[in-house]
Amino acid sequence: MDRPIRVLVAKPGLDGHDRGAKVIARALRDAGMEVIYTGLRLTPEQIVQAAIQEDVDVVALSILSGAHGHLLPKVVDLLKKENVYDEILVLGGGVIPEEDIPELKEKGIAEVFTPGTPTTVTIDFIRQNLKRKH
Amino acid sequence: MELGERLLQGDKKAAARMISLIENDDPKAVAILAAHYQHTGKAKVIGITGPPGAGKSTFVDKVVKKLRSKGATVGVIAVDPTSPFTGGSILGDRIRMSDLNLDPGVFIRSMGTRGHLGGLSKATLGAVKILDLLGMDYVLIETVGVGQSEVDIVKVADSVLMVMVPGLGDDIQAIKAGIMEIGDVFVINKADRDGADRTKMEIEVMLDFNHQEWRPPVSKAVAVKNEGIDEVVDNLEKHWAYLESSDKLAETRIRNSELEIMDLAQTALVRQLMRNSDNRNWLRGLAEKVARREQDPYTTSHLVLQEMMKQSMKEESHENTES
Repeated sequence: MDRPIRVLVAKPGLDGHDRGAKVIARALRDAGMEVIYTGLRLTPEQIVQAAIQEDVDVVALSILSGAHGHLLPKVVDLLKKENVYDEILVLGGGVIPEEDIPELKEKGIAEVFTPGTPTTVTIDFIRQNLKRKH
Repeated sequence: MELGERLLQGDKKAAARMISLIENDDPKAVAILAAHYQHTGKAKVIGITGPPGAGKSTFVDKVVKKLRSKGATVGVIAVDPTSPFTGGSILGDRIRMSDLNLDPGVFIRSMGTRGHLGGLSKATLGAVKILDLLGMDYVLIETVGVGQSEVDIVKVADSVLMVMVPGLGDDIQAIKAGIMEIGDVFVINKADRDGADRTKMEIEVMLDFNHQEWRPPVSKAVAVKNEGIDEVVDNLEKHWAYLESSDKLAETRIRNSELEIMDLAQTALVRQLMRNSDNRNWLRGLAEKVARREQDPYTTSHLVLQEMMKQSMKEESHENTES
């Protein structure tokens, strides 16, 4: 039997709006994934330690505060430092301006899903881009 | 056995990967656990259970911090229900333990029940051994919110902490087998709510009816305010002292080992049967006949048992001739 895909959904930094994160968490659960929902106000360091302990396939970062340019690449850097980036797909979501997305991708975020993206798009992307065999 | 060596050295990544492998019945992980089994048994295993919404996760967070302040390392396994329809789950217990993410002496793992009933996941026992081998002094297991039938925690834990809340329904509920019998230590959380004293009294009365050697202590707490935690930890330590002094610990572990052996054997037997697609089709055919009332399930189960035994003997003699 295929093992379920494990996804860490986290909100780095200080923003407090988690409806989007909850919507995606539920959608991923309904698609058969195990979602480790870590809630609000985590630091990149906390996110990475949780990702390691939970042995996740995906880290999905939801952010609306405008600090994405700093926080998202920070998570990627820490995952690389811990030698787990090669096995983890890093995604961004939330209020992130289109013009910032290319740079985020250069820095290791595989894809950014902005508001209005159907959850099926995110689910399909995950299934097609996993770095570890299932 | 590189993975096993890394685990024994305290490598958290190795522990995380081992837990994933054991969840997926990976033979490599099973072999590592078997090889190192004699090094397990050091960690004190505490189950934390109770009705949904009682505040178990908050309690776990506070108990871990208290144990850490005493210099102990702590592993946490937090179990949440898997949807029977989609196979997915939202594992949200970690939210209440954010501070602990960066504590090097703590390892937290969230697990979905993945179809297993009883409040735990099938791989929980394996995960406990892995955290034991990682070097954790304590392993705390937070079960799915317990109603009346999720009592697997007693088969896994040395001590069970039952977290109750005030005013959850009439006393008849509490009597139903399960809740009152499995707790070794009780706490009324959210004790700043109305009815806390009444609930405490009801539970004490209930417990007075049981005539076990160990009379579970009942205390009050407000976990979010960090009140009443010390008393709970003291009570858990008293229970541990009781287990050690009275040989109860040895008895409990023998009983649990027996349950584990039988559980593993049954799982292996069924898996052997179901691995073969001919068997699965045959079983499906039998199921259709039973559903149409053409044969009864009792006689049918005998057929299945006979076939299982026949196949397993054939496999054994095949192995013998090969070696």
